[in-house]
Amino acid sequence: MDDLYREQILDHYKNPHNFGELPDADITQEGDNPLCGDVVTLYLKLDDGKLGSVRFRGRGCAISQASASMLTDMIVGRPVSELKHFPTSDLLEELGIQISPARMKCATLSVNTLRVALNGGAAEVEDE
Amino acid sequence: MIQTRAIDVESIRRDFPIFTRKVNGKPLVYLDSAATSQKPDGVIESMNDYYRRYNANPHRGVYAISEEATAAYESARQKVATFIQAPSPKEIVFTRNVTEAINLVRYSWGRANVRAGDRILLTEMEHHSNLVPWQLLAREVGAQLDFLYIDDDGLLRLEDLDRKLEGARLVAFTHQSNTLGTINPVKAITQAAHRAGALVLVDGAQAVPHMAVNVADLGIDFYGFSGHKMCGPTGIGVLWARRALLEAMPPFMGGGDMIKRVRLQEATWNDLPWKFEAGTPSVAEGIGLGAAVDYLCGIGMDRVRAHERTLVEYALEKLQDVPGIRLYGPADSEIHGGAVSFSLPNVHPHDLATLVDREGIAIRAGHHCTQPLMERLGVPATSRASFYIYNRPAEVDQLVEAIEKAQKVFN
Ligand SMILES: Cc1ncc(COP(=O)(O)O)c(C=O)c1O
Repeated sequence: MDDLYREQILDHYKNPHNFGELPDADITQEGDNPLCGDVVTLYLKLDDGKLGSVRFRGRGCAISQASASMLTDMIVGRPVSELKHFPTSDLLEELGIQISPARMKCATLSVNTLRVALNGGAAEVEDE
Repeated sequence: MIQTRAIDVESIRRDFPIFTRKVNGKPLVYLDSAATSQKPDGVIESMNDYYRRYNANPHRGVYAISEEATAAYESARQKVATFIQAPSPKEIVFTRNVTEAINLVRYSWGRANVRAGDRILLTEMEHHSNLVPWQLLAREVGAQLDFLYIDDDGLLRLEDLDRKLEGARLVAFTHQSNTLGTINPVKAITQAAHRAGALVLVDGAQAVPHMAVNVADLGIDFYGFSGHKMCGPTGIGVLWARRALLEAMPPFMGGGDMIKRVRLQEATWNDLPWKFEAGTPSVAEGIGLGAAVDYLCGIGMDRVRAHERTLVEYALEKLQDVPGIRLYGPADSEIHGGAVSFSLPNVHPHDLATLVDREGIAIRAGHHCTQPLMERLGVPATSRASFYIYNRPAEVDQLVEAIEKAQKVFN
C-alpha cells in the first residue's frame, strides 16, 4: 500500500529541505493548484548567474510538498540559464514513483512554479 | 407512513455489472456516488436495445422505427414526470445535466426577468453549477448576489432570511449539499421566498437520486437534476418548471425541433416541452434515464433513503473514532443525506484518496466543486465518502480500516 509513499518521499514531506523564506530573495513566486488547493512559494536568491540559495513554503499533499523539497536540493547552485528549462522529467525521476495522471499536477507544481519564476512570469509550462 | 422493508443490497449489487471487477487486485468499493452513480444492467441494456433495434431520429420520421424511438423517448419523459410528481410531462425539459438546466433558467427566465438592482439569493454551500451561472447573470444585468451562510453544523442560517429576501427576484439553493450532506428545508425557504415575491430554483442533483421528491408538494418554481447520479447515463438531465413559467419564457437555444413554423426572417416556437429542446436530443440517454427511473421505482425511494440513512449513521459513528478526524455536516441523519465529508490532521485528502485506492476503495478528495464552502470550512479540500443503494455497511468498515492504515504511513 505504501510503495507510492516510499521512505524518501515521506521524509521530505515530514522534514522538508530548504523550508522557509528568504528575506532578501530576488524572486518570490507563488504557484497553486486551485483544483486541490496545493500551494508552493519559491524564494530565489541569485548569485552571479547562478541560483545562490533557495527556500520554499507550501501546503498540500505529500507528493506536492515532497517534490518541492527535492527540487530545491536539485537546483541550488546551478546556472539560471539552465534552470529556466529545468526538465520536469528530472524531478519525476528523482521522485522515483509512478505518478498517475490525476496526481501529475501535484508532482509538477514546484517545477512549474520555478519555470514561471525564472521566465519573468511568462509561464513557459512544459506539456506533461 | 408504513414501515418499509429494508432493501436487499446483495441482490441489488448483482444488477450492477461493475461490481464484478477488481481494482488494484481488490474488489471495487465504490464510495463516490455523489459524483456519479454506477449503472444497472437494465439501463445499459435499454440503451443498447435502442441502438440495436430502433435507432432513428425521433419526432421527424413517419416510418416505424422513428415512431418507436419517439415513443420510447417520450415515455421516458412521462416516467420522469411521474417520478417527481410533476403535474404534466410537458413540464419536463430534457437537458444535458443539471448544470445545463440551471443555465437554461439563467438565459431564458433570468435575462427576461432579472433587472439591475434586483437580488439573487444563493447559499454558501452551492455547487459551482448553481453559483457561477448566477454570477454571470448578475454581472450581465447589474443584479446583486446575496448569500445564506451556514452554521458550524453545516445547516443554513435562516434567522435573517426575511431581510435577505427584500428585493429578491430569485432564490436558488441546493436540496441536498454534495459536500456536507445537509438536506435543506426546501418548503420553509420556498414559503418565505414566495411571501417576498421571489421565485425559487432548487438544485436537486443530490436529492432526486436518493429520496422521494414531489415537486408539486415542495411548492417550488424550478427544479433540476442529472440522470447520471441516479443510475442513468451521462448526457441527460432534467429541468422541471411550472407550466405557466415555461409558457412565458423565451426559447433557450434555437434550431430544429424547437420551432413550429420558420420563415426567412422569423420563427414561431414549438409547444412545451420541445420549445426548449433544440436539435436532435440524447435519445439513447433519455431512454436510459427512463430505465433508471423504472429501476429506482422497483426498489422504492423511501427504501433507498432509509438504506442510505442507515449507512450515514453507521459511517458517522465509525468515523468519529478515527483519531483526530474532523467530520463536516449535520450529526443528525434525519437531515444528513448519503455523503460524509471529513479531514484528517496528518493526511492530506489527496494522499488519503490515493492510499485507499490501493485497497480498491474509491472516495473523492478535493473541493467537490464547492470552493466557497471550503473557504468557510477553512480547508483547501476534504475527503468525501458517498453512498447509494449498492453500498454495504461492511464497506464503511473497510474504509475506516484503510484510513487507519493510511494514518500509519504518515505517522
Ligand atoms: C449539488 C450539485 N449540483 C450540481 C452538480 C452538477 O452536476 P452535473 O455536472 O451533472 O451538471 C452536482 C454534481 O456534480 C451536484 O452535486
